[in-house]
Amino acid sequence: MDYSADKEDEKNRLQIEGMIAAENRALADRKSEEELCECKDGMFPTTGRRGFLTGAVAAAGATALMVNKASAEAPAGSIEFPVPADPTKEQGRLTNDDGGYGTRSQFESEVRWRFPTATQESSWTMTPLDKSVGIMTPSGLHFERHHGGIPTINPASHTLTVHGMVDTPKTFTMADLHRFPSVTRTCFIECSGNGLTEWKQPTLKTVQGTHGLTSTSEWTGVPVSTILRECGVQDGAAWGLAEGRDAAVMTRSAPLDKLWDDAILAYAQNGEALRPEQGYPLRLMLPGYEGNTHIKWLRRLEISDIPFQTREETSKYTDLLDSGKARQFSFTMEAKSVITYPSGEMKLPGAGFYEITGLAWSGRGRVKRVEVSTDGGNSWQLAELQSPVMPVCHTRFRFPWRWDGKPTIIQSRCQDETGYVQPTIKQLVDERGLGGHAKFASIYHLNGIQSWGVDSDGSVKNVHQY
Amino acid sequence: MFINTKKFAIGVGCAFALSVGTVTGAAADNGYGGPYGFGSVASAADIAKIDIDVMPDGRGAPPGQGTYEEGKVVYADTCAACHGEDMSKPVPGTGAAALRGGRGSLTSGAPNKTIESYWPYASTVFDFVKRAMPLHAPGSMTDDEIYAVVAYILAEGDIIGKDVVMNADMIGKVQMPNRNGFIADPRPDIFNYE
Repeated sequence: MDYSADKEDEKNRLQIEGMIAAENRALADRKSEEELCECKDGMFPTTGRRGFLTGAVAAAGATALMVNKASAEAPAGSIEFPVPADPTKEQGRLTNDDGGYGTRSQFESEVRWRFPTATQESSWTMTPLDKSVGIMTPSGLHFERHHGGIPTINPASHTLTVHGMVDTPKTFTMADLHRFPSVTRTCFIECSGNGLTEWKQPTLKTVQGTHGLTSTSEWTGVPVSTILRECGVQDGAAWGLAEGRDAAVMTRSAPLDKLWDDAILAYAQNGEALRPEQGYPLRLMLPGYEGNTHIKWLRRLEISDIPFQTREETSKYTDLLDSGKARQFSFTMEAKSVITYPSGEMKLPGAGFYEITGLAWSGRGRVKRVEVSTDGGNSWQLAELQSPVMPVCHTRFRFPWRWDGKPTIIQSRCQDETGYVQPTIKQLVDERGLGGHAKFASIYHLNGIQSWGVDSDGSVKNVHQY
Repeated sequence: MFINTKKFAIGVGCAFALSVGTVTGAAADNGYGGPYGFGSVASAADIAKIDIDVMPDGRGAPPGQGTYEEGKVVYADTCAACHGEDMSKPVPGTGAAALRGGRGSLTSGAPNKTIESYWPYASTVFDFVKRAMPLHAPGSMTDDEIYAVVAYILAEGDIIGKDVVMNADMIGKVQMPNRNGFIADPRPDIFNYE
């Protein structure tokens, strides 16, 4: 293949190769920790190194200086403290000595890792779904996508202006927005590029790599409909432009019907203000739409009769088909599920009982059911769903499995409340072609069934199985 | 396509009032429903400061103009360091996209999606450059410089002549090669319904 005449594929190839390298670096870090790990269960090797430091740091009389020094070696989001030989024989750390805002345990080290794009300003990170439990994503592990870095914004000087085809254009301070009646909703955000490496062949090894561009938080804010009524929308209006206050001044158009229906101006996430990397102090939530439309650092909403045809909805986030035509405004994230445990690069210690667990979600509503196959898709059985099952929200499923120790393939597939059943990757490719990408297929909206191969030695690998 | 059917709907606030009303018997004055009157009226001058978008039909395009020759200078000074001297070979490691070439490649199995081959509207070029380019100094270019560089990029892509002066009137009139290359989202497109 002549890559010189093949810029887009060349770019994809370099990205994918870079991503494979990034995942390998993360796996190498894990492996080095595993070698120091006493547990040897091999399934969750991220636990370990910190525990081994027991006794290596003076147990008593640790000064603040020592803590600071040690914390430089602690996993992100934690502080390294000396580990006493017996915590029942001495007093623990002082109450509220953390300044009033806690950190996670120094023994927990899972982190987002970054897709190795050319610049760190325009890049993204993946949520470590491997160890995820329940449905919530910790705020600090929520996946990110930035186009111009993460702006530092003082909320005291931040405003949202609503204008265009409205009776009264208005500007709202953050204080104004907090005075309106609020709504809280738990929902997922998924990047439509989630799984972009997996169209044609199994490429990345872990579920963090294959599915880590989805996360769930509890979001609180003001319904956009409230603000639209406050301004008065004029006849003929049909679209709204959302604009961010980052260096990319990110924009996407959204149908006005969606803005009326369930859009939220979110200022809070998981019980506190938004994280800066999630749009602090204000982001647009369009539940069930592709993540790119959930404009962060929102400063402007312009109501119009037609879409604005921004770069992000023409050059990007369009789905080129083999015919040469591209689907545009393909907003909805369709029903999808994935087994997070056991998943790629884990190693089962032997035959016996395992609780298969994973996540299912749909941009069209509630997950109605999840089925699991432990024989490569020959037979399917219902999994148990964690309740409550909320619309447009990660839904945790669990399935008891007695592994006989023989090689097999495990899969999950879900159905949402519209009746839509998660397709196979092959069905998607047959319908859409490979997006004109002869080698790397389409980029966006891969919601096919994920397969994990389990080998006789217990090792779990990303495989394609139709 | 999207009809504003909800303009007269009373909406969430009032639905809330009704449900609460069955308990309190005071649906009419429980406070929900609006208008609440928070926020301040935005003046035309305030809006103008941030209303930088340019729509596909050219609405929103600011005064000013630029020519191919002017754009050639702007491109060399501001863009070439990342997008490359001839626009079709971006400098490796910059993350910059190819701006030119690829016409006819969309059905080839090896598509080269550039402004020339893929972007449906010229307005998007102006809009994006104004808000986000150049990467090291976003928002730093004048409107004249942006019009000029748009004229240069489009002429180098054989979309307009080198004598075309780019301005607010022209930006919405350019017929891009892939103008009709986009279709509505037909999903769901896989039917495993039972």
